[in-house]
Amino acid sequence: MKPLDPRLVRTASAVRVHLAVTVLCGVATTGLVLAQAWLIARVISGAAAGEGLTELSWAIAAVAAIALGRAAVSYGTEAAALHSAARAKSQLRRRLIAHVTGVAVPGSPEPPRGGPAPGPVWLSGASGPADGEGTGTPRAGELATLATRGLDALDDYFARYLPQLVLAVLVPLAVLAVVAQADWISALVIALTLPLIPIFMALVGWHTQARTQRQWRLLNRLGGHFLDVVEGLPTLAVFRRAKAQAAIIRRITDEHRHATMGTLRIAFLSALVLELLSTIAVALVAVEIGLRLMYGLLDYQTALLVLILAPEAYLPLREVGARFHASMEGVAAAEQVFAVLDERADQARTQPEADSAPARETASRALVRPCLDNGCTAPQIRFANVSLTYPGRNLPALSQVSLVIRPGQRLLLTGPSGSGKSSLLALLLGFVEPTEGAILVERPGGTGSAPLSHIPADLWRQLIAWVPQHPYLFDTTVLENIRLGKPEASVAEVRRAAELAEAHDFISTLPLGYGTRLGERGTRLSAGQRQRIALARAFLRDAPIVLLDEPTAHLDPDHAAAVRRAVARLLEGRTGVIVAHDTGWSELVDETVHLAGGRIGAPL
Amino acid sequence: MNLPAPKPACRPLLRMIALARPRTTRFVLGVLLGALATGAGVGLLSVSAWLLATAATHPPITALGVAVVATRALGVTRGVARYLERLVTHDAAFRTLAEVRVRVYERLARSEPVRRFRSGDLVSRLVNDTDATQDLLVRGLTPPLSALAVGSAVVLLSTVLFVPGGLLLAAGLLLGGLAVPLFAAALGRTSGRHQAAARGELSSALVDTLYGAPDLVAYGAMEQAVRRVERADAELTRLARRDAAVLGLGTGASALVAGLTVWATLLLGVAAVAGGTLDAIAFAVVVLTALAAFEIVAPLPAVAAKLEAIRTAGARLFDVLDTEPEVKAAAAPEQSGLPDQAATLRVRDLRVRYGPDEPWALDGVDLDLAPGKRIAVLGPSGSGKSTLASVLFRFRDPDAGTVTLDGADITDYPVDEVRRLISGVPQDPHIFASTLRENLRLARPGADDAELWAALERARLADDIRATMPDGLDTEVGAHGARLSGGMRQRLALARALLAQPRILVLDEPTAHLDPDTRDAVLDDLLAASAGYATLLITHDLARLEEMDEIYVIVDGRVVQRGSHDELLAEKGWYRNAHGLGDPPRGGLRAVR
Repeated sequence: MKPLDPRLVRTASAVRVHLAVTVLCGVATTGLVLAQAWLIARVISGAAAGEGLTELSWAIAAVAAIALGRAAVSYGTEAAALHSAARAKSQLRRRLIAHVTGVAVPGSPEPPRGGPAPGPVWLSGASGPADGEGTGTPRAGELATLATRGLDALDDYFARYLPQLVLAVLVPLAVLAVVAQADWISALVIALTLPLIPIFMALVGWHTQARTQRQWRLLNRLGGHFLDVVEGLPTLAVFRRAKAQAAIIRRITDEHRHATMGTLRIAFLSALVLELLSTIAVALVAVEIGLRLMYGLLDYQTALLVLILAPEAYLPLREVGARFHASMEGVAAAEQVFAVLDERADQARTQPEADSAPARETASRALVRPCLDNGCTAPQIRFANVSLTYPGRNLPALSQVSLVIRPGQRLLLTGPSGSGKSSLLALLLGFVEPTEGAILVERPGGTGSAPLSHIPADLWRQLIAWVPQHPYLFDTTVLENIRLGKPEASVAEVRRAAELAEAHDFISTLPLGYGTRLGERGTRLSAGQRQRIALARAFLRDAPIVLLDEPTAHLDPDHAAAVRRAVARLLEGRTGVIVAHDTGWSELVDETVHLAGGRIGAPL
Repeated sequence: MNLPAPKPACRPLLRMIALARPRTTRFVLGVLLGALATGAGVGLLSVSAWLLATAATHPPITALGVAVVATRALGVTRGVARYLERLVTHDAAFRTLAEVRVRVYERLARSEPVRRFRSGDLVSRLVNDTDATQDLLVRGLTPPLSALAVGSAVVLLSTVLFVPGGLLLAAGLLLGGLAVPLFAAALGRTSGRHQAAARGELSSALVDTLYGAPDLVAYGAMEQAVRRVERADAELTRLARRDAAVLGLGTGASALVAGLTVWATLLLGVAAVAGGTLDAIAFAVVVLTALAAFEIVAPLPAVAAKLEAIRTAGARLFDVLDTEPEVKAAAAPEQSGLPDQAATLRVRDLRVRYGPDEPWALDGVDLDLAPGKRIAVLGPSGSGKSTLASVLFRFRDPDAGTVTLDGADITDYPVDEVRRLISGVPQDPHIFASTLRENLRLARPGADDAELWAALERARLADDIRATMPDGLDTEVGAHGARLSGGMRQRLALARALLAQPRILVLDEPTAHLDPDTRDAVLDDLLAASAGYATLLITHDLARLEEMDEIYVIVDGRVVQRGSHDELLAEKGWYRNAHGLGDPPRGGLRAVR
């Protein structure tokens, strides 16, 4: 891990400004340190030589001025650093969001790499939509944490670490230059010991790294034990093991202590080397100048100057050492951000964007536009030998699927878990593209067709209303949640959609009705209520194609009945695809297709 | 824990110290070593100043001998003392951690706070808050106590040499070590409060955008969501930039106090030397001591900020620990009048609620379970079914009514006595991050492998394990059993319940979170495995209910229907409606079965 990541400097313009300010402040601090030392030496030696307040008042006044100056520079360094940290965090955050969502963010210095948006890779991500799995990427939580608390670690890095790093370079050199002129032997002692510090620390670090890493793995395992036991407390209680665990917690924590202390005994060695070298060097210098002073080889003021400056040469190094670990968290967070950004770029390269030649796009728009403008029925959708294999998987999720979905047709897709039902919906939504074969969009009556991949995904999705198995509700009001696909809808329209979705009644009982904020991930509502909010979204969207993924799985009978009534209403006059495990839907649909192992099997 | 509370703000800290009952000897040793390390650093400069000032008078070399030795000794002392201090305090902190964890755990185990365990986040926060106690010792208490010890010594030395200088230094150290850190911590708190709302909004906008990504894209609303993140980010950044101007004040103030103390010492010192009341050698020592002394208080602003965070953790921790247990301590631990053989469970007029102002979760429930019979408790979510399981598992006491086993009231016996007879699969059974064997032996610590395999056979998990896990019972299942599928986790929980050999097997939503295929397979195996047990199955779905001897339908905490599958289907009511839920508005569907 480098002390200063060049990518960080390149990416965030705030970092470049910050570096300049920091170096400037560092130079000022160095100058003030030297001046203060000289003045103090001058006053002490002057007083010893019999000078009084009248002779020394100028020097004493200057010390006061320097105190004010140092305070001002310290304040300025920290304030500027926190200011820059806030900007740098914002810049990194925006880049991260722009990359992950594929939506360009004005505040980010570079738009997402090249041409069309690199695409929401989280959707076609390595895991792929599995039956019964929730929406979103498994890394969503990790990314959210990284973009907030993770990046906060940069505060310390900017405000405490970088300025000390600059000082650790400037101050020793300046001190050395001044001391060399005053007393070359002291300068030699300092010049010899200073470089030893980083060398010894590197040696100790290098020697202990392998061992430390092994220990950290053990520590992680032991560290998780307490959490595991507390989480499992109800289970332990049921089996009458709750009391017995106390002794085990003590034993494991003690093991944890043994292992950790073993690591720390070595990890603290580098700090020991640092402290020893720096103080012994000062002691050597003090004794050496004391003796030379006694023999009259040095004057008192010079000796004092050297004594005051000697510890200053080591101070910034010690500070850097003390703040190293805390600050590296900031660097680690930044590195994680860069890792995410790089990963996206890689995937964008290996999966070339669909050909988007303007002519073809115009042609394909012609298929979709009329439906959007005039509210006609949906186009016909034809799967021609479609296969889909997710990146990093061996087995195809779908293989050789051929299927026609006629306008107004209602199709039930059944099959066991993992048979590819949800993947088929993902294809229809344009979340993923077939690895083989094509999905063709045909004008009713066979007057024209185009592959789905040629139609801009945004445009195509305007034809679709999707009710996922686990709809995601946002931490906004009920109204906003239902308006997701039609932000301009009036309150009356939203209410009408909620009525059709059998959601109006329970929404009315919420404290603020449609104005109720739903809380993080809609925790305020039950699964059945969430499903009906999602159905209201679909009603409001009023799209010619509806896709429903397990609309009643995991719902208790009361909720399931309400959802079923709403679904029946939603399917009227629309093309519909329902994915479900059971065949309980068969009376609502025109055709049932059974999927098994990614292939279309015998219809039930 | 009845500590006197000087002011509410400090109370969590004092209570945490009491909870830790710090290893006093090690802790004091750590404080002294810390003081020695810092003191050696300051002393090095004081002694060196004396050495130079004396040498400047060109005395005989013997006059400097002691100072030369002392200088070198102090040079070595600082590094060694610091190293030992860190080892000793960390060791003490880890020892304390073991104590604190055990105490917190025992408190939790005593109160069975099942209600609090609904959210995984809450548990991990509780665990982190517990672990914050060790930070209190290493990073919160040791540095200020060390600073106090060495600060007093340095002030004493200065006062002996030059009274005004000592007083100045005392004032400077108090300002720099107490006032400035408290001031800086207060600034940080204020800024944190300012930013809290903006932070919350940013976090919620980010979570919504990332987790809700598929929904957003499908409905063409991603751009809107990203704009929301942007707005939240802009607001937070604006506040953070504004606060930066204030937060730097602490550092500035530290530097100012140190600089002005040295300045005032010079001013008074020069006057005193000129006036003949101060020796020039002592003057040099006092000034350089003052210059070095601010190293003593340098770590304290960070400590103040840390203490603030630890205090918050403590407040949260005690908030959980102070909650009243939901089960009264058993009256008669020795008494064992509970039937050892198969027994009839009888629930009469059971009423439970979660607070005096809350609605009844169970509102007068009657239920009977005879030996060898199987009953199901069915109802929509929130109907009170799981509260019934909590009462049977003795996670909480009934507020009214009785639960008896062959006439013996279960609340009259120690909770573990009852759990010997009534056990099973609690809601969301926990799979521990250990081996299959350890997870199973939880239920019967002495069980040999043959018994474990037999239980796995009955839960129909044995073949899966033989086929896919070469390590057999030694297979590590990962945190929360992550290496097992959902169905395997439920079967493992079932095998564990069977090993416990209770008289009455309670299964609370054993098929929750499973897809319908797996659900049906697990239910079939579960019913086969529980043959012969008195079984109480709590469920919200209708699968396999025809296998049950009796079905209780609970809605809003009351039993609204009771009877066999066929009887209930024959009568008008909730059960029939639930099965006939296909009746769509246009009258397409009829009963499913």
